[in-house]
Amino acid sequence: MILTIFVPLFLGIITLFLRDNKRIGARRTLLITGALLHNAGTISILFFNKWLSWAPYLQVDGLGFIFLILISIIFTVTSFYSLGYFTLKRKYAEKESGGHIYVSCMLFFLSAMTLAVSTTHIGVLWIAIESTTLASAPLIYYHQSRRSLEAAWKYLLICSVGIAIALLGLFFVAASARGTGAELSLSSLIGHARELDVRLLRIGFILVLIGFGTKMGLAPFHNWLPDAHSEAPSPISALLSATLLNCALLGIIRFYQICLAAGLGAFANRLMMVFGLISLFISAVFITNQKDYKRLLAYSSIEHMGIITLGIGISANFASLLHVVSHSLTKALLFLTAGNILLLYRTKSISDVGGLLKTSPQTGILFIIGGFAIIGSPPFLPFISEFLILRDGINGGHILAMSLYLLFLGIIFVSMSMAILKMVQGKRRETIAGDLPKIVIVPQVVLAVAIVIMGLYLPQYVSDIIRSATRLLTTL
Amino acid sequence: MNWILIGIVLTTFIVLGSSRIVPRIKAVAVQGALLSVMQFIMRGARFDLHGSFLLIITLVIKTIIIPVLIFRTIKGLSTNVDKEPIIGNHLLSLTAGLIAVFSFSSIKVFPIISEPGISPFLVPSALTTVLTGFLILVTKAKATNQVLGFLVLENGIFTFGMTIISEFPMMVEIGVLLDLVVGVFIMGIMIYHINKTFDNIDTRTLSVLGDVE
Repeated sequence: MILTIFVPLFLGIITLFLRDNKRIGARRTLLITGALLHNAGTISILFFNKWLSWAPYLQVDGLGFIFLILISIIFTVTSFYSLGYFTLKRKYAEKESGGHIYVSCMLFFLSAMTLAVSTTHIGVLWIAIESTTLASAPLIYYHQSRRSLEAAWKYLLICSVGIAIALLGLFFVAASARGTGAELSLSSLIGHARELDVRLLRIGFILVLIGFGTKMGLAPFHNWLPDAHSEAPSPISALLSATLLNCALLGIIRFYQICLAAGLGAFANRLMMVFGLISLFISAVFITNQKDYKRLLAYSSIEHMGIITLGIGISANFASLLHVVSHSLTKALLFLTAGNILLLYRTKSISDVGGLLKTSPQTGILFIIGGFAIIGSPPFLPFISEFLILRDGINGGHILAMSLYLLFLGIIFVSMSMAILKMVQGKRRETIAGDLPKIVIVPQVVLAVAIVIMGLYLPQYVSDIIRSATRLLTTL
Repeated sequence: MNWILIGIVLTTFIVLGSSRIVPRIKAVAVQGALLSVMQFIMRGARFDLHGSFLLIITLVIKTIIIPVLIFRTIKGLSTNVDKEPIIGNHLLSLTAGLIAVFSFSSIKVFPIISEPGISPFLVPSALTTVLTGFLILVTKAKATNQVLGFLVLENGIFTFGMTIISEFPMMVEIGVLLDLVVGVFIMGIMIYHINKTFDNIDTRTLSVLGDVE
């Protein structure tokens, strides 16, 4: 537990002082050390969870553990990738500055996200999610250009206001517990759920859904997301999309648990279904004819957050949590590969990228795997989870929602596969970067292998972890 | 109790209605001071270690650190008077008045306040402050004003939080305050960069990104 939260924080503070450009090696060592220690911490939580918690402030339950593993894996992969990515960028592109800010903010970001997933106290949860915003805003501004400045300002302001609204929602939930003796920890609130004031809880849940929904990129509060994801450096886009959105999702799920226990399940489900479908609709509209591939991927994140929200709304809990895993792995793969494409072609426009398969075969193949996985074609993991959501939805009698779901997925399938095929096919182009070194290929290969294997055969222990989390989401 | 609430609503209106930045920042500082005193009273006005510690921390953060951070931010800026506002000040004040009327007439909708010791005006005042904060955020184009709007919004939310203040652990409360300080600090850095890049801090110049070409 200490390894996962405080070590990154501590290393981040050290890195703040390593401003000198010669210290670049030391900074990189610290980044990788942070990532590996975080892995060690996560594994130790797997085995010694009982002794490591300080309930309710620091406590990893089944639900948080899935998110913690994802953060740990994706952060490690991303930090290895960024070693190669920034070296190449320095070689071929503009002068770089602010490396120490980058590394320390990444470490701060890691510790904030870890805190968010390993607490069951809703106050601490709020603090952690707000600090993820603060730690990641400088990362989005990394390029120090006009565009990234705009993206970062939008992100900072919209998300801060959104999270402030979530705080209001938190106060409403706390006010609903007045006089019942419940504390603000999840177990205590759920224990006293029957005595909570339902009217206040309802207002509270709406506000929390809006507030954390802003951070999670649920339409119609998604405005910051495409800008931030397209302007941030690619490793950061991967982290934002694959882990940060999950943290906000977990925030919503925590309050959803309270609602379930208080007998507001139907109300919360309906809300989540509506927001999920709106997100799917908006992303289907904007993915069609999108000209910028990083924005394309960003809208695809909105789509998948919509799918997960919809999935939880129709009580397809196992499938939704599986989809969290599959989306994170696949989207990290895609954004990192998009970083390679950006290095090779130096443009974000889809129509200017062509012949990827011939220009850089490895990148091309990775992009095809990721692209076809994310739009939900078999045999990859996202297909399995999307299909399970469909099955549970139809079994649950949500015919209208499921037909809309299929319609939007169909539109996205067609338009995204067109964009991907346009990018990978065509003649070979000459690029300045030439052949890419292994360090920007291997991290994605790891992710690609994971989604293929898990798509063909879901290992027992993975499904056990998800199943134990699902138990927390069943109506009592 | 009620005089504090009146003070909070009034300072909100000053932030909205004034056309200069310095009185606005001072108004936010006064509002922060009022809030910290109110929190102290709501917790029972005990001068024990716990109570006075929290009072001092909130006072220092809300009335000294945050305003100083904003003053430092505006130091290097070219102009501090609003030119070309999106909506005129008269119309804004009128809207804020309507918001206040709306909030205070909706007392009965909110079923929270039946406890003794909590003023019935608390929730309407909080609502007025939150909504006016939103109004400031969306109608003022300058980056500094947006930060002030955000602070007013947060203060409104804190005012609402007074109803349940006794249930909040002190650690959580200090965490929330720290987040606020770091947030304002980062926003200040960002404003500095906006000013350096664009030569002004009008956020209307930040409109390059989007899907429509």
